[in-house]
Amino acid sequence: MGQVRFASSLQRHLACPPGPVAGVSVREALDAVFADNPRLRGYVLDDQGRLRRHVNVFVNSRAVADRMRLSDRVRPDDDIHVIQALSGG
Amino acid sequence: MADRSDTLLAATRKGLFTLRADAGRSWAAAGPPAFLGEPVSALLSDPRDGTLYAALRLGHFGVKLHRSRDGGVSWEEVAAPSFPAEADGPEDATSVDMIWTLEAGDPDTPGHLWAGTLPAALFESRDHGENWRRVDALWRVPERAEWFGGGYDDAGLHSILVDPRDPARLTVAISCGGVWKSDDAGASWRLVGQGLRNDYLPPDRAYDPGPQDPHRLAHCAAAPNVVWCQHHNGVFRSEDGGETFEEIRDIRPSVFGFAVAAHPHDPATAWFVPAVKDACRVPVDGRLVVTRTSDGGRAFEAFGEGLPAAGCYDLVYRHALAVDTTGDRLAMGSTTGSLWTSADGGQRWAAVTAHLPPIAQVAFA
Repeated sequence: MGQVRFASSLQRHLACPPGPVAGVSVREALDAVFADNPRLRGYVLDDQGRLRRHVNVFVNSRAVADRMRLSDRVRPDDDIHVIQALSGG
Repeated sequence: MADRSDTLLAATRKGLFTLRADAGRSWAAAGPPAFLGEPVSALLSDPRDGTLYAALRLGHFGVKLHRSRDGGVSWEEVAAPSFPAEADGPEDATSVDMIWTLEAGDPDTPGHLWAGTLPAALFESRDHGENWRRVDALWRVPERAEWFGGGYDDAGLHSILVDPRDPARLTVAISCGGVWKSDDAGASWRLVGQGLRNDYLPPDRAYDPGPQDPHRLAHCAAAPNVVWCQHHNGVFRSEDGGETFEEIRDIRPSVFGFAVAAHPHDPATAWFVPAVKDACRVPVDGRLVVTRTSDGGRAFEAFGEGLPAAGCYDLVYRHALAVDTTGDRLAMGSTTGSLWTSADGGQRWAAVTAHLPPIAQVAFA
């Protein structure tokens, strides 16, 4: 099974261990992680639930296309990587 | 709270620094900085219960709020103000970009807090920051359509005055959106600030209170009807709680600046840190001074003893000049990381350090 993994730059601020990919979209997979770690949501998503401007999410090696709704599809064996953009620091 | 403050906090671009004064009144770092490397945009040392609050503006991960109940030894993250999710959120729906100011609310209710943000909104917490609520009555005033950014892309709310006689009476200031008052703890608002003047709009709107750019408001705690305003276009004083202002002209070396501090007991005394003008935000002639009036704004003195007399390009931001509860001790920090203190009401200054990151706010604790 794939995993949702978080960049070390994010782990500096709060604990965010990898979690299993649950769901059929990036949104569902992230929501499942946030359900157990609600504080993490505000680090990855903005007030409107969009991907923060200076955060990137990859499904395996591909950046997500839909940064607003995170509707990109995922398969159970995909890995999701939540990383910081190099801009915005 | 009549004692001198011996603890000073500096919120900077790269962390929160704590300094303490020894018996000889020289200031030195007290322990390592908190949040080293992270931008601290606002802080509050709550006089009601000693709790510290620090607002972070993380470059990648957004606005965060941390709280310390042990004087800064340990910190815990609490909720940060955030805008309600808008149904089918349009692409330009709003997120909090920065907490610009934090203020203690009702003096009898520790944990009651106000926060001003960028974009310009007021938030309220009643539980030490565990939960925040946007004050929708201010967000929905029709005049908001004409608010615009001053220094930042969005308009921001940077000053919150709570009337100590009746904490339901609030006065807030927005760059650029004027001065607003509420008499009912934020349930309704009215635009005030008659007499404020701007030069940056068409002439027939110079005295329109709506699009004014008050850089900072401060009131005299013992006489809160006296409100001082360092405005984009000069210095103003109100004797009716901000309803109306009178402009104070002919202040040497300049009327332009960002910061103002009001004496806690004497409504005739206030301090400012002048710069050349809006298009040239550096000290006049490279000489840093603090101006003080002790007679309600009729006369000003410019004090430079202990401050750089030449070649100085430091700017003091709107929250980076503070006075303690005695009115004797002051501190100010600059955009180039210099920190100075005064123990005699601003007449003589001493450099604490010139090597901090850019300073957003200083506060006595």
